[in-house]
Amino acid sequence: MSLLWVAEWLAGTNYSIALHESQYMYTIVESVHVLTLCIFIGFAVLFDLRLLNKALTRVPVSEVARQLLPWTIGGFVIMVITGVALFYAIPVRTYLSIWFRFKVVFLLLAGLNVWIFHSGVYARVAEWDLTFTPRAARRAAVASLVLWTLIIVFGRFIAYNWFDCDIQPQSSFVNFVAGCVVPPATP
Amino acid sequence: MLLPFFQWCESSWLGQAIPNSLWLFPVIESVHLLALAVIGGSVLVVDMRLLGLGLRSRPVAEIAREAQPYLIGSLIVMIATGVPLFFSEAVKCYYSDAFWVKMPALALSMLFAFTVRRMVTRAEEGRYAPISRMAVGAISLMLWSTVGMAGRWIGFS
Repeated sequence: MSLLWVAEWLAGTNYSIALHESQYMYTIVESVHVLTLCIFIGFAVLFDLRLLNKALTRVPVSEVARQLLPWTIGGFVIMVITGVALFYAIPVRTYLSIWFRFKVVFLLLAGLNVWIFHSGVYARVAEWDLTFTPRAARRAAVASLVLWTLIIVFGRFIAYNWFDCDIQPQSSFVNFVAGCVVPPATP
Repeated sequence: MLLPFFQWCESSWLGQAIPNSLWLFPVIESVHLLALAVIGGSVLVVDMRLLGLGLRSRPVAEIAREAQPYLIGSLIVMIATGVPLFFSEAVKCYYSDAFWVKMPALALSMLFAFTVRRMVTRAEEGRYAPISRMAVGAISLMLWSTVGMAGRWIGFS
């Protein structure tokens, strides 16, 4: 049982078809996904800027985290729920999208970055809360800014069909990374 | 009456260059989205503070002062990317209700941000009653949300 099989099975379920063919529901879910960027990425960027000493410099890092993180997490939950729904509405094409695959890889990297930051330098935040931010924290902030930027760009590019499997010939790199099943060329 | 102007925009050099390229529109659109995240964060952190949420332990004026450069910077990027996006599909925008909601809402949002909201967020603590500050935060949030939602909707029409 492959993941492609799972995607094909999902595509055949009633709710997937209903969401895909709905006049407003898909549009609403997509709009919520996009506009929640303001909460989730907006606050993540503010926190990164604080770590880089570029904003809210007089507020202790732990205070910014304590007061903004709940909202960031709330935004992330909305992002995941609406994101899963968007995948569920168009599972096969999305699964075979090179941009979606890049996005998932970079989401995992962004998660790893959060985990390294919180279990590492942030665990000792009391030592540097109001002094100059240590290098490890600044590195995490730069990594976060770069990763989320790429995730937004890849996410936006999923909507475009440049590298879709049904547009052949594609380069073998695209076909390999996107997992396209290409019938052998007929001589 | 405005239609000839919209047609001129779309037939201009800028209006033609974007649809003639496979990548230009999506790339400009992505930068527009990145700036959306930043403008969203810098508006939200202040409006939420006015509503008594978020960074409650700090004075409004401090949050507003710290957010200001990012608000202005992202607004400039929004406009600098929004104008070419508009040029590339000006006639479609002319016939889009969402576009005609977005532009007045954007004008009102900016006007409000740089007059009433600026005055209230710069005042010292206690100068304005909490209820007035909450009203300013709520109005600002509603105005900017309208801009965002109508903006997203241009793409669907």
